[in-house]
Amino acid sequence: MSARTINLTLKIWRQRQGEKKGAFETFEARGISTDSSFLEMLDVVNENLTLSGREPVAFDHDCREGICGMCGAVVNGRAHGPEAGTTLCQLHMRHFQDGDTIAIEPFRARAFKVIKDLAVDRGAFDSIIQAGGFISVNTGSSPEANSTPVPQENAEAAMDAAACIGCGACVASCPNASAMLFLSAKVSQMALLPQGRPEAAKRVLGMLRKMDALGFGNCTNERECEADCPKEISIAHIARMNREFLKASFFSKEK
Amino acid sequence: MDWVIRTFSSSVGKKSLMAVTGLGFVGFLAGHLAGNFTAYLGPAALNGYATHLHELALVVKAAEIGLVLFACVHVTTGLLLFIQNLAARPERYSGKKWAGGRTLSSATMPYTGLLILSFVLYHLFEFRLNPPEPTALFAFVANYFKSPLNVTLYAAAMLVVALHVRHGLWSAFQTLGANHPKYMPGIEKLSILFGLLVAVGLGFIPIFFLFAVNHVAG
Repeated sequence: MSARTINLTLKIWRQRQGEKKGAFETFEARGISTDSSFLEMLDVVNENLTLSGREPVAFDHDCREGICGMCGAVVNGRAHGPEAGTTLCQLHMRHFQDGDTIAIEPFRARAFKVIKDLAVDRGAFDSIIQAGGFISVNTGSSPEANSTPVPQENAEAAMDAAACIGCGACVASCPNASAMLFLSAKVSQMALLPQGRPEAAKRVLGMLRKMDALGFGNCTNERECEADCPKEISIAHIARMNREFLKASFFSKEK
Repeated sequence: MDWVIRTFSSSVGKKSLMAVTGLGFVGFLAGHLAGNFTAYLGPAALNGYATHLHELALVVKAAEIGLVLFACVHVTTGLLLFIQNLAARPERYSGKKWAGGRTLSSATMPYTGLLILSFVLYHLFEFRLNPPEPTALFAFVANYFKSPLNVTLYAAAMLVVALHVRHGLWSAFQTLGANHPKYMPGIEKLSILFGLLVAVGLGFIPIFFLFAVNHVAG
């Protein structure tokens, strides 16, 4: 299959570091291979900007394999672009037509500050994890695998939750900028496994209070997060987290 | 007591308050719906229903107090959530496209909620503050719906209620953690069905009076 090339008009959000305001700037991207990924397309644009002595567009990226959760932008109004179950780095240019205009802007939320252009500080997620997204165990040699039996069904559900890469698309696409899908995935992956039970009540309360304090919005079950999540995490995890919260609030000793 | 305040001031706590009070209103609406359906059966049925209801004065009084308390909680918490959610994204997107999760119903909850509040106040003013004799209720309603304004207002309000309930009902279950692969599809269908029942069942009452009752009568 031979690669085609397409020409695009890009409207990219530019915001200088340390400034609160930004604006769209228009670029022409010529001769973009349809085999390239969205980030590779931005690399080409940046190379041309650098060669012409202009400031390249800052954007987040790392593994470019869809597993690290570092990349992400709102492309044509959708977090990670229009394809379902895809991170921005795995979005390929064959999904666009020659002559298309593509609008690219950063993830927006009060809790996610724009650092520069499309690069966003998602450190708020780290703070939420620090507030309880872990289990406390003594290190040592690995235990015998079958000493703690886990039903296959629970292991699968925990794995589905653990697929969350913490990219922040759920916050970006939520009409309320809520982080409930992220939070619920992190609570669920441990709540479902025996190793996570001892700290379950403390975990859900701690993480939820941290999320509230960081200025994320409240979930109103709009389901936009689930539709835009590159790992297709289900809102059934949000319901599980709500159960964990009610259990912890009313039936545990945790205050 | 500290933990109670912490629980209900958290995001999920506030949502739980919305869910519990919302389900209370759904229960009330189901009862009101069943009662109002007697209007379709004629004056004897509606007046008979009203008379029986008035005999249960104590139960009605308790329900009224409960509903007012629920309304206070639902409205203030809802407004608080609405303001907080607006504040959570100070800079809006230039062109946000929805991914298919949102419905017209879910996207308009705060607005339909406020419309319902104003309708309920108006409705209480018209029917509760100057109540007719239960035995004369049918005639009172027939007279009320002679006005095209009242007919339009009531039918439109029922559409708004239907829209609010269509998202609110399943959403309450989700918020309270009741999302189960066996039951959730049914609950989602029930929300749509209940919304339709409200829109058609209650929304047609004024039209029924306008055409069937008042037209024949006069």
